[in-house]
Order: sequence, then C-alpha cells, then structure tokens
Amino acid sequence: MSAQTWSPKPARPAPANTVGFVGWARENLFATKLDTALTLLCVTLIVYTLEVVFGWAIIDASFSGEDRKACLKQVQGACWPFIDAKLGQFIYGRYPEMERWRVDWVFAIGALGLVPLLMPKVGWKRANVIFMLGFYPLFCFFMLTGGVFGLTPVDTTDWGGLLVTLVVAITGIVGSLPLGILLALGRRSELPIVRALCVAFIEIFRGVPLITVLFMASVMLPLFLPDGVNFDKLVRCLIGVALFSSAYMAEVVRGGLQAIPKGQYEAAAALGLGYWKTTRLIILPQALKLVIPGIVNTFIGLFKDTTLVLIVGLFDLLGIVQLHFTDSSWATPETHITGYAFAAFVFWVFCFAMSRYSIFMENHLSTDRDKES
Amino acid sequence: MTDPVIRISNMNKWFGTFHVLRDINLQVAAGEKIVICGPSGSGKSTLIRCLNRLEHHQEGHIEVEGVSLDGSMKNLESIRSNVGMVFQQFNLFPHMSVLENCTLAPIWVKQKTKQEAEALARQFLERVRIPDQADKYPGQLSGGQQQRVAIARALCMNPDIMLFDEPTSALDPEMIKEVLDVMVELAEDGMTMLCVTHEMGFARQVADRVIFMDEGEIVEENEPEAFFSNPQNERTKMFLSQVLSH
Amino acid sequence: MRSWLNRDALLQAIVLLAVVAGMVWLVGNVQSNLERQNINSGFGFLSERAGFGINQTLIDYTEDDSFGRVVVVGLLNTLLVSVLGIFFATLLGFSLGVARLSRNWLISKIAMVYIEIFRNVPLLLQIMFWYFGVLRNLPSPRQALSIGEAMFVSNRGVVVPWLEAGAGAVWYGVAFAGVLAGGFWLRRRALKMKLNTGQASRVWRPLALLTLALFAVAALLAGVPFTLDVPYLKGFNFRGGLTVIPEFVALLLALSLYTAAFIAEIVRAGINAVDKGQREASAALGLPESLALRLVVIPQALRVIIPPLTSQYLNLTKNSSLAVAIAYPDIVSVLAGTTLSQVGQAVEIIFVTMMIYLSLSLLTSWAMNRYNQRMALVGNAS
Ligand SMILES: Nc1ncnc2c1ncn2[C@@H]1O[C@H](COP(=O)(O)OP(=O)(O)OP(=O)(O)O)[C@@H](O)[C@H]1O
Ligand SMILES: [Mg+2]
Repeated sequence: MSAQTWSPKPARPAPANTVGFVGWARENLFATKLDTALTLLCVTLIVYTLEVVFGWAIIDASFSGEDRKACLKQVQGACWPFIDAKLGQFIYGRYPEMERWRVDWVFAIGALGLVPLLMPKVGWKRANVIFMLGFYPLFCFFMLTGGVFGLTPVDTTDWGGLLVTLVVAITGIVGSLPLGILLALGRRSELPIVRALCVAFIEIFRGVPLITVLFMASVMLPLFLPDGVNFDKLVRCLIGVALFSSAYMAEVVRGGLQAIPKGQYEAAAALGLGYWKTTRLIILPQALKLVIPGIVNTFIGLFKDTTLVLIVGLFDLLGIVQLHFTDSSWATPETHITGYAFAAFVFWVFCFAMSRYSIFMENHLSTDRDKES
Repeated sequence: MTDPVIRISNMNKWFGTFHVLRDINLQVAAGEKIVICGPSGSGKSTLIRCLNRLEHHQEGHIEVEGVSLDGSMKNLESIRSNVGMVFQQFNLFPHMSVLENCTLAPIWVKQKTKQEAEALARQFLERVRIPDQADKYPGQLSGGQQQRVAIARALCMNPDIMLFDEPTSALDPEMIKEVLDVMVELAEDGMTMLCVTHEMGFARQVADRVIFMDEGEIVEENEPEAFFSNPQNERTKMFLSQVLSH
Repeated sequence: MRSWLNRDALLQAIVLLAVVAGMVWLVGNVQSNLERQNINSGFGFLSERAGFGINQTLIDYTEDDSFGRVVVVGLLNTLLVSVLGIFFATLLGFSLGVARLSRNWLISKIAMVYIEIFRNVPLLLQIMFWYFGVLRNLPSPRQALSIGEAMFVSNRGVVVPWLEAGAGAVWYGVAFAGVLAGGFWLRRRALKMKLNTGQASRVWRPLALLTLALFAVAALLAGVPFTLDVPYLKGFNFRGGLTVIPEFVALLLALSLYTAAFIAEIVRAGINAVDKGQREASAALGLPESLALRLVVIPQALRVIIPPLTSQYLNLTKNSSLAVAIAYPDIVSVLAGTTLSQVGQAVEIIFVTMMIYLSLSLLTSWAMNRYNQRMALVGNAS
C-alpha cells in the first residue's frame, strides 16, 4: 500500500483586524469598553500636559535678552536668557574665565578615555583602566589646581557648577571602588575580627543619611586631625562621599563574590594559589565583571547625591543655579522654575543615559553567560 | 453514539501574523481518550489550550459541552471548572501546601466548605498515591509527586474532561511511570481525556484515537493499532520512525 | 594547619591593634582640639534652655524648653513626614507599578515616563523645586488661592479647616476604634463561615449598622464635642484652622513623588517574578481573574516585593534629612543645624543624629530578617 504524500496547507494571512496597526490598537488600546475609556482619558491627559509644557518652554518663553526685562512679558514662560547668560558659571563656577580651557581639557580627555572603556567590544581594557585610574587623576589634579608647569593656581573655592558635580561624583566612585572591594572581601573573610569590623563599617554608613556624613566631614573631621593639619573643604567632602559610597559599593561587590561558584575557589586551591592570588587573579576579575550594572547603579545614586554638597557650602551644579537666583538683575517670577528645569534636565540626561547603559550591560553580560554555558 | 462533548469546526488561529492552527476539525465523544502527537512547534499545546480558552481562536467554532467559546462568553469560569488541565511544568502554587493547592478552587469556585474540600482532596491524593504528602509544600516533593498533585488538584473540581499537555516530559525517566500509571487508571474510570504526549506505550494502551499534527494541521487520525502499524501518510511514517527508534 | 591558625590570629591582632591605635589617636586629637578651642564636651547641653522657636511642633514646645525636647520635637517631625511620605509613596507607587503592567499601551507608557523622569532627577532638586520654585512663588495670603473660602493656599502654606475637639471627643475615638475592630472581626468571620459552610456572609451591611450604632452611642454619651475651626484672613495672615507649613508640603510632595518611582519598579518586578504558569493554572481551575490575583499572584509577588520595599521606606526616612535644605524642622535640621550652631559641640551632636538614624535602620533590618525567615518558601520551589 502506498502512503499518501502530504504537503502542508499554505498559511493564510490573519484576519485583517487582528494584525497591523488596527490589530495592535484593538489589542492594546481598545480591548474592552473600559480600556477605550481609559485610552481616551490618557490622550486628554497627554495633550493637556504637552500643551502646558510646550506652552511654557517654547511658545510663551523668552529666548534672548540681556537682563530680566527680556523675561517680564504678559504671558509668562521660561526665561531662557537667564540660562544663556549664566551658562559659564553653571559649568565652571567661579573658575577664572582665562583658565577655563584647562577644565575643558580635563572633560575632553576624560570622555576620550571613558567611551572606549564603556564599550564592551573595544579592547585594550587593561591599558585603559591603568590610564584612567593612574594617569588621568594626576592629570586632572595638576590641570585643575595648577601651581605647576606654569599653570596659575586656582583655589578650590573657585570651582563650581558641573565641574564640582563631576569631580565629587567621579572621585567618589573611583575612591569607593578599592575600599568597597576590601570591605566586601573583609565581610566574607573567615577572620572574625576583620569580618566584624567590616560589617560594622558597612552597616553604620548604610544606616545613616549622607547628609550626616557630610556634616561629619565638614565640621567633625577638622576636630579629628592634629592641630595645624587641615584639608580643604572640597577634599573633606570627597572623603565623606567616598567613605559613604564604599559601604554601598561593598554590598554590590559582595553580591558578585557570592555569585562565583565554589568550584572556582576549589580549582584555584587545587592549583596551589594562596588567598590573595586566588582573589586577585581568579575571583575578583569575574566578580567585578558581574557587578558592572550594580556599580553603574551605585554611581547613578551617587551622582544624584552630589547635590547634597550644597548643604555644606560647596557649589555644585544645583548649588550654583540656586546661588544665581539671588542675582537681582535676573529676578523674575520664572527664574526659579527655569533654573531648576535646566539643572533637572542636565542631571536627567546623565542619569538616564547611565541607567540605559546599566541595562545594556546587564543584557550583554547575560548573553555572554549564555554563550559560555 | 452520544453527542460529542467537544466539537471543533474549521478552527483557525494566528499568533500575530503566524498561522498556528489551520482548519482544525475534531469531535470528541464523552469518555473518549485522544492522544495528540507531532513534532515540536506543530501547535499541539495551542490546540488544547484553545479548549479552555487560555488561547483565543480567530476563526471557526469551538463548542465544549454545548457551550460555544467566543468573545461574548459570560460563564467562562464554569466551563473552565469543568475542564481540568495538567501542565508540563506542573504549575503548583509554591506558597500553599499540597492540601491547600487541592482545596483552593473547590472552596472559592465551587463554594464547598473547607471540610468537604479537604475530604475530597485527601480522597484524590489517595487515588494518585500520595496520601501522606498532604501537608508538605510543592518544593519538598519530587517531580513525579508534584505532577500527581497537579492531577489531583485538577480532579478535585470533578471535571468532565481532562487536558494533559506533555505531563511527563519534564520528568526524570524513573518518575514517568508513576504519573502514567495514574493516568491509565483515570482512563479506565471513563474520563474524557485529551493528552498531548510522546509516550507511545501509553497511547497504545489507552487511546481510542491518535492524532498526528504538523504545521498546525491534523495530518492523520486513526485508532492506535492502525495508526502505529499502518500509518497512511508518509509524514506520519517519518515522525513515527523517529519517535519509535530511540 | 596550626601555623595557618597562628598566622590568622596574628593578622587579626595587627588589624585590631591598628584600629584601636587609630581610634586612640583620633580621640586624643579631638580632646586637645576641644580644649584649645574651649568647647565643652559631654551631653550636659541636652538639659539646657534651647532659646529658639520651631515652626512646626507636634508636642508642646517653647523657647524655654531644653535641647533634649528639641531632639524629641525634631524626631517627631522626621517621623511625621516619613510616615506620611511612606503612605503616599506606597499608594502612588503601587498604582504606577500596576499601570506599568497594564495591557493598555498608553497607560503603561505614561507610567514609564513618570518613573523615568522622577527617579532620574536628584531628590534635593525636586525638594527645592517644589519649595522655592512653586510654593514660595505662590501669592501672599491676601491673594491666596481659596477653595470654597475654607481652604487657602498661599506662600505661607496650606490652611485647612480643623475640627477642634472638646472634652468628650475621646468617646468618638473609642467608637472609631470599635468600627475598625468590628470590620476586622466581620471579615474574619466571613472567611471562617466561607470555609465552614461554603456560604459567604455579609460584611458591609453589618459594618454600616455597627458604625451607625457606635457613633450614635458616642453622641449620646458626649453630645457633639467638636467645633469646626474655619480659617479666615486677618491682617497679613490667616487665623484659625490648621496651617500646614510650606516646608512640610514641599518635602512630603517631593519624597512621595520620588520614592513612588522606585516603588513602582519594585512592584512591577515583583509581579513579573510570578511565573505566567501560575495565572494559567488558576484560570484553568476556574478561578476568576480577581481571585487568582488575590489568592495566587499577590501573595507570591509580595514575598519578592517586601524586602526591597522596606529598604525604600528606610531610604525615604533617611532622605527626609534633606529637610535641612529648606529648613523644615526635622531632626537633622534642628540638631545638626540650629543646635550645632548654638552649642558648637559637633562631636556629640553628629553622634546623636547618626545614632538615631542608625537605630531606625537596625530596627528595620532586624524586622526584615524576621519576616524573610518566616516567609521563605519551603523547599526549592519550581
Ligand atoms: N504566545 C505565543 N505567541 C507567539 N507565538 C507562539 C506563542 N505560543 C506558541 N507560539 C508559536 O506557535 C507554534 C506552536 O506552538 P505550540 O506550543 O502549540 O507547539 P507544540 O506543538 O506544543 O510544541 P512543543 O512540542 O515544543 O510543545 C510554535 O511555533 C510557537 O513558537
Ligand atoms: Mg507544547
């Protein structure tokens, strides 16, 4: 008996109202009567919000002018000339105008080093890290403070704006990384005293608000030092911020250490490696790679927290914007809102970009893992 | 012959633009046992999930116990409580004990008292041969035990029809038999069953009809004896030679 | 083995010694610095007269009270703004989290935009925006926005009518407690009846009756001991009613809106963490969607949600310390701000402030650990 041959029925296109935009809309916007009502409500809400925002930021806004008169219109919108006039201050603070190129160089070199570091595909990671952690900080230090190579000294009290925000955030994260790693290792150590000290440090700093740590750094730290020794206020804040974030960093790193399978330790022990060699060569490289998203997230938190330095009298971006509200030649009813909107936008761009990067790395790392297994 | 309890006519289903089920026609009589097999991705799961409306079809008709399944249904829950389903991944509720898993639906859907529901549950746990695990949590049981709990949980609703979607394929070989034994017993008691499985021994033993699907179509259906010994279609032959060869 | 032990012991001894030596050095420095600058030490200042006013006090306080009482006033203000902030942030956060998972594309996208905006802008900026940008920019009391001539919004804050409670008000409190207890009891009874007889029992009607009865009794016992205190404008400011200071409004608003964005993400992740099969299994058993949510999905999602949620609550409480930037009299603001500038004893004051937060944190994490232990799923659930 000969078997029937079989060929699959050709696929037919789906009913028109279930595919394409119509199908999508039926499913996602108008699935039920309630959904339809909610969709209409949302549309109204969106239209209204856009109207208010665009009306304020563009249609009713002032765009050019030399002082407050430009922004005293009948219908009031954003006072962009204020931002335009103060932009230099917002970026560099009171850094002397003649010397601002130094800050620009620091920004440029930093970006140049950072971008390839962040891209997983680009090689030379080790060299790049050494450059960024070894050479770059020194470069920044001499460039920004001056006093050597014929550069005019610039006092840190003259630093401000985005410059201070970035200096605090980046020093905080760079300083907290090694300390955080040590604390995380200490917390997992088998030596009870070391472990107890690390746990105490971590839990204390995670248990108190950053502002109390900053107060401690700015008013208590001078008392802790011998007579005559004193740091600059910026440096004191940097120490406070670094100590504070190292506690959070330690917990992030600990998460990575816990994710390393026991087999890795055993294999290293079988090779005859001691504790430090195992940690440095086998465990840390894997653990740190795993927690890149966590580190980025800590950095986002830290970046937002840099604004707190204004409370102890430093002028970060928000602080300097706030400071310039007192300039009577720009006193308009819209100055505050415009200034906050500008600062919020700058912070938002940084934080949002970093959070996307963190998600990207998470996906990248998980596909890496899939490939390996 | 009694009226069919399930009647599928010219049923078509798409996932977006992908045509998963193509012109399906099938009638199942009360007490009939159907085994559905076919290669991966042929639409077996989708077909039986349409029967309790976990998936919605776009064209044609599905009628279960005289009720037509479509978008205007009011009493979806009552149909669902008459159609039990057992999943490949068990899907037990991990935060409830075995007993609570079994009594949840009788209490909240069938408005039974706790006492009645527990008595019923213990009776079915006995039938699936795990009477002494009632107070454990799913996480403490082996895969085979979990799947038997899932069967008991479905039976507690006194369903007229049972759907099985590859109930043994997530199990280690030594546990497959304990689940199949329970299913055979259930079949002997006269339950209407639709079962997606590649356990050909089971199909031979209990099935009234075996259905072979590919590319979203029913390619061939026949009584097990004829189906296995003398497949009519060369696609079926090829599939059987692959399944039976190992 | 032995030599390792010895090496470890030695290492630990060295670490310990270094830490102790460091401490001794620091304490020595502090002592000599304090002596040189003629600053007192010790906690004696807590019983001295404070001498400054506080613009929001939950307990009686005057300038003549001690610094010790200032600590209590500040702590209560911190707790007030934190508790209310937690309440509103939870409400908004859960709504946003659920909206984020809505089948309705627009709702989900609106929730996403909210979350991405609010969590990526520094909290301090948001606090200052609401305070300096919005609330302090409002018209003066004379031009206040009025809602039904009873509630006024101006740059001095929000003034609302208030029920002035007289002597018998406590009976109403008792009646209210009775209604709450009755409500709980009725729900429990309904569940029990459901389990014992399969029949649902009424909850709402008896509860309404109970409410009516209890308040009627309270009225009989105490009459109506309330007078409605409606604010009115007198001179340059409002009299009567309850004034909510703008510092409080700004801080509460910012804390709630900011934390809600984080809570929304936690809720979304928690609900997503419940396997799709759980809903399918519930549906296949005939459970309606609402019951499946209540009995199957939410209990499992909560296990995932609650630990990070608590840490958000803790964050909110710690973040309330940003009050100092707008001079809301919370614990940091009255202690590390005003008190410190008057007394100058930085070490003690910062220490007290830190200890207060630290004890709140440790208490919470202790409770959290207890909860986690109790809630851990038995066995490794699949
Ligand atoms: N929710 C869904 N959305 C889009 N496509 C889907 C969905 N569920 C299943 N499919 C696709 O439909 C086809 C049929 O799936 P189905 O699960 O029914 O196959 P199956 O026969 O049960 O296969 P298996 O033996 O692997 O379980 C597959 O190609 C699958 O990728
Ligand atoms: Mg399948």
